[in-house]
Amino acid sequence: MKGRKTANQEKKLRLDHHIIYSLIEPGSRVLDLGCGDGELLFSLVRDKGIQAQGIELDEEAVYACVKKGLNVFQDDIENGLHGYPDEAFHYVILNQCLQEVRKIDEVINESLRIGRQVIVGFPNFAHYKSRFMLFFRGRAPMTETLPYSWYDTPNLRFLSIKDFEDFSRKRNIKIVKSYFITARRQIKIFPNLFAESAVVVLTKK
Amino acid sequence: MESKKDNALGIVDTQYFTFGGPGNELTLASGEKLGPITLAYETYGELNHDKSNAVLILHALSGNAHAAGVSQEGEVGWWDNMIGPGKAFDTNKYFIICSNVIGGCKGSTGPSSINPSTGKPYALDFPFITVSDMVAAQRHLIDFLGIERLLCVAGGSMGGMQALQWVSSYGERVKSAVVIASTLKHSAQQIAFNEVVRQAIMADPDWRGGYYYDYGQPEKGLALARMIGHITFMSEESMEKKFSRRLKNGDFSFRFETDFEVEGYLHYRGESFVRRFDANSYLYLTKALDYFDLSGGKLIPQDTSIDTRFLVISFRSDWLYPPSQSKEIVRVLKKRHMEATYCELKSSYGHDAFLVETGEQTELIRHFLESICK
Repeated sequence: MKGRKTANQEKKLRLDHHIIYSLIEPGSRVLDLGCGDGELLFSLVRDKGIQAQGIELDEEAVYACVKKGLNVFQDDIENGLHGYPDEAFHYVILNQCLQEVRKIDEVINESLRIGRQVIVGFPNFAHYKSRFMLFFRGRAPMTETLPYSWYDTPNLRFLSIKDFEDFSRKRNIKIVKSYFITARRQIKIFPNLFAESAVVVLTKK
Repeated sequence: MESKKDNALGIVDTQYFTFGGPGNELTLASGEKLGPITLAYETYGELNHDKSNAVLILHALSGNAHAAGVSQEGEVGWWDNMIGPGKAFDTNKYFIICSNVIGGCKGSTGPSSINPSTGKPYALDFPFITVSDMVAAQRHLIDFLGIERLLCVAGGSMGGMQALQWVSSYGERVKSAVVIASTLKHSAQQIAFNEVVRQAIMADPDWRGGYYYDYGQPEKGLALARMIGHITFMSEESMEKKFSRRLKNGDFSFRFETDFEVEGYLHYRGESFVRRFDANSYLYLTKALDYFDLSGGKLIPQDTSIDTRFLVISFRSDWLYPPSQSKEIVRVLKKRHMEATYCELKSSYGHDAFLVETGEQTELIRHFLESICK
């Protein structure tokens, strides 16, 4: 019974969460930066017995994490990373928050210092719907993964999959695995055109 | 405010535990010995059969063992809004203990207690005590109650320091710690305020070098000390909200009298404190706070492996024990791979928030304790 329930709950995970969930080895130490209400960490603790630590700024989201029994620090991502010893975690997750970060290099470097693997999920600004809006309609893109108007977006960074790959190459960071997705399915061809988001696994070279 | 009748815990009695008789005195951090020692304590709820549900509540500077319920004299406990059936520290689930610290004046051995070797109050013959001495004394009480491991140690301000000291001294006996509006060490600013407080007491001629017990308290000095304290417990915003520039009698008196409501409030607080707290206790306890320093690896000594889980809470408007000090605690916990949660609450009440902001604290503590029990 318990197994079935778990499988059902797992199905409910968002696709990006599902991919990250499947990447994490049981029993590992995981830091989730910008963990939100802790849904992903909670599933990982419940099913894979991980040691989880979340970092989240939003007070309501912090309460939601504590309600789930998770360890969470109320802090922003840049400050939240400081203070950990090298390789304190097996995985550092930066899912859908990099685009809101000011000090990208510092956050990526610190994540690679304290985590053996860094899992980054980010929205692809070069998705064809965004291109269409910009090219034909002459409007700043608003899509499912980029749902904000220009005047109220929390996003500071607008990057594409190719941009991120260039960045990794320049910074000598190894992309171990890449997943390209829309809300519902994985994209195999022309990801920079058809994927709404990417999930990549990084290590130091 | 709850009245006596509808308080779920009803009338509670303070109990007394005495240890450290001749030959078994407690050796203090200063090297001096103290004994016999009496601890006043109260308990709420039931200890379960394997004694795994005990929560030790640790009080702040002017607190006492009466944390919840109603005393014989009709006084409601100082954290009654947090302790009781269905509350943050749920007495239907947990066995709650709260004891008065040594050095205090609410039933535990302190400078106003009778020195057995003279038959008179200790006064300044009372040895200097530290937060680690307070905790060492509490450990005797916990042993006496037959509890091997506490489910949780919890407190705000000085209570938070005691919780941290419990982890430092007896980490293996502490499953979790709730540390609210507290610090790893007293800062220069905190020491400075305490010194002003002490000087206010000692400058009162009625203090008589500490040997005032035959004559009465140094009322003016102690009241002034408490007035200073209350300014630091509030925030600019909470003072503005509570008093603004409101006048007591509608117009300026053009005398050195109480014109503003805020003045009246401070006087009232000072005067009522004189009736309930011993001046020497205030001196000894503020000194203990100033000596407190668990920085530099002393919180979790390098050679120990403990798995205490932490909940650290601060309040944005608290400038006496500011969030930066709580974050310093968190930094140490990160370094040592301790499981921990940190939350900075948006209250405007300043340091007092830990006593009044019960909604968010209840939400956090209740779920934290539930996850500790799993």
